[in-house]
Amino acid sequence: MDNDAATAANDHVSFLKYKGKYKGIRSWILSTDHKRIGILYLMALLCFFALGVTFGFLIRLELLTPGKTIVEPQVYNEFFTLHGVIMIFLFVIPGLPAVFGNFFLPIMLGAKDVAFPRLNLLSWWLYVTGGVLIIASILMPGGPADTGWTFYIPYSVRTTTNVIITGSAAFLLGFSSILTGLNFITTIHRLRAPGMGWFKMPLFAWSLYATAWIQVLATPIIGITLLLIIVERVFGVGLFDPALGGDPILFQHLFWIYSHPAVYIMIVPAMGVISEIIPVFARRTIFGYKFIAFSSIGIALFGSLVWAHHMFAVGMSDTGQFIFSFLTFMVAIPSAIKVFNWTATLYKGSISLDPPMLFALAFIFLFSIGGFTGLIQGALSVDIHLTDTSFIVGHFHYVMFGGTGMGIFAALHYWLPKMFGRMYNLKRAKVAFWIIFVGFNTLYFPMFVMGWLGMPRRYYDYLPEYTIYHQISTVGSWILITGMIIMFTNLIQGLRKGKVVTERNIWGGETLEWTIETPPTHDNFDKIPMISTPPYEYKQNETEELPEEIIH
Amino acid sequence: MSTQEQAVVHVHRDDIGSRMGMWLFLFTELLLFGGLFFLYSVYRFMHQADFHVAAKELNVLVGTFNTAILLTSSLTMALSITALQRNNKKLSVFFQLCTILLAVAFLVNKYFEWMTKIHHGIYPGSDEYLAMESGRRLFFALYYVMTGLHALHVIIGMVLISVMTRFTVRNVITHDNYVKLEAAGLYWHLVDIIWIFLFPLFYLIT
Ligand SMILES: [Cu+2]
Repeated sequence: MDNDAATAANDHVSFLKYKGKYKGIRSWILSTDHKRIGILYLMALLCFFALGVTFGFLIRLELLTPGKTIVEPQVYNEFFTLHGVIMIFLFVIPGLPAVFGNFFLPIMLGAKDVAFPRLNLLSWWLYVTGGVLIIASILMPGGPADTGWTFYIPYSVRTTTNVIITGSAAFLLGFSSILTGLNFITTIHRLRAPGMGWFKMPLFAWSLYATAWIQVLATPIIGITLLLIIVERVFGVGLFDPALGGDPILFQHLFWIYSHPAVYIMIVPAMGVISEIIPVFARRTIFGYKFIAFSSIGIALFGSLVWAHHMFAVGMSDTGQFIFSFLTFMVAIPSAIKVFNWTATLYKGSISLDPPMLFALAFIFLFSIGGFTGLIQGALSVDIHLTDTSFIVGHFHYVMFGGTGMGIFAALHYWLPKMFGRMYNLKRAKVAFWIIFVGFNTLYFPMFVMGWLGMPRRYYDYLPEYTIYHQISTVGSWILITGMIIMFTNLIQGLRKGKVVTERNIWGGETLEWTIETPPTHDNFDKIPMISTPPYEYKQNETEELPEEIIH
Repeated sequence: MSTQEQAVVHVHRDDIGSRMGMWLFLFTELLLFGGLFFLYSVYRFMHQADFHVAAKELNVLVGTFNTAILLTSSLTMALSITALQRNNKKLSVFFQLCTILLAVAFLVNKYFEWMTKIHHGIYPGSDEYLAMESGRRLFFALYYVMTGLHALHVIIGMVLISVMTRFTVRNVITHDNYVKLEAAGLYWHLVDIIWIFLFPLFYLIT
């Protein structure tokens, strides 16, 4: 290959127009450019998100009235399983690392690509294969799994639905997630630009680093657990099946040893995004950089020791319950540290309420509600009352959607113009934000109330006294979806026909992605940058604060 | 994995990074088995007597023989890397082929061991299996799942080493660029180490 000629022809062409080995669609699906892979992930991710939202919408619609509203109970069970599996394994877990991590991590570190570009492409292919398998499980005879996304045994061994396909899909997605994780760890260790010490790294990179370790350390456990379900179904070995002497509670332990840390795979990158956005739109240096960085690591460490709080009602020794409850309270501390530091950053900042900032603030607000309701369930006695009620559904959605979901929306509004060189309509984005915000709370807040009053989760039918809450909630889902449709139409229209942006620093950020061309060139940097300052040096607020310091 | 792509990768070569990635991957493999070791220890604790009885039914001689085979194969793998470092391509290829051969021997041995068990009616789903005491059944469940998953890794390792042999013959792997062979070697040692744990757990501790 004549590399020199190729470079000359591609000089200062954006990565979107770069001509590599392949042409047409193959220049995308076979590309090892981290930026193109990021966009591949984004496209696939949005399709699966649309699917996940559709199932969520259908669940809510079914619950509009007691008894049958639109579908039979069996179909309803399949709906909530698909909603959970798709949203968790295909949207929330890969959401930020695979899309924005892929695209911006190398740039933020001052590198040309990730450490293993071809492995990166492989992980996308695994991801898509996993997604296609899940869709295949819907279409194949037997129907999609109806076990809930937790695949609890013994039901997942007894049901006649396609648990094997859904399980293998989740296994592949886990593998894909592991590969992304080990790629990022190596990238961060090996490819930081000269001069970029660990504490000159942007906080998004820190959050991805912590996340990557959880991905690498926790995911193999769900891998073996899913494999065992498949083995159990195919051969009937009896490792978990109580009828054969196995212990189904051990399954739950193995499942949650992964799945609780997985919650942090989902939320920590979003915290990283928020840590990027807050200083930019408050025009202030981030408060407590090291605290935020280390709290990510703290979450990763503590988060791996609290899994059994999902099993307080299952049966465990009192000592075990006490320890897991205590650690659950402990793990709230690093999250709280972040929230305090963000608010401290906002304090006395000159805040501009652009769409990314609105979503970031919504993150802080909704995540705080999600976090506190989590603590309520971490308390042993209260948890017995709340276990398996819609309270936990509300809590989970406040954390995962109000947290990670808003984080993804914030990232979309923050970085998409940089990625594509076109700007969306700011005003419409704000309108969409408010509709989403109102819809979100209307949808999920009633779940706390009815959960507290005893409404079980995952139930198809309910007593008439819960009707009002279900109806408010369902109406909320309509508002939320309307808001999201406006938001995505606005973003997509913006990418296709929006105002062209060539300005490098669109929002006035201080991290490296704002120093390169918009959209970035294939190589990201003409010259690998030398780093000498920390990532969030806001000159303007230093000069503002200086006189005050003198007065003191 | 065409050689053309290799050329592109050469532009950015970071052997330390590659090794780091491989170690991380091996770590995930260990954790994958870790889940099973966890189940083993819990069930062993719950059914000590049954495990004791069941373990006696395994043939220690066959197990020892297989352990020796795998340890030797680890040695030949290491030797193939050393040979390449000393720029002796032929010898390296020879040792890689030895490793593959030993892996086949291991699998053949394993096959006959499993077959004997199956002839005795000890396999998931058989009447004998369903009639066992829970502890004994769990022992054999773990035996089949863990040695089965290990055998799967032996097969993956064989394929991996075969690809490396091809690379060595075609000079993709050379005496100054052998990080891929090294990675395959690490993988093979992992397969060996996992067996070193499985062997005493199933054959020796009674
Ligand atoms: Cu948890």
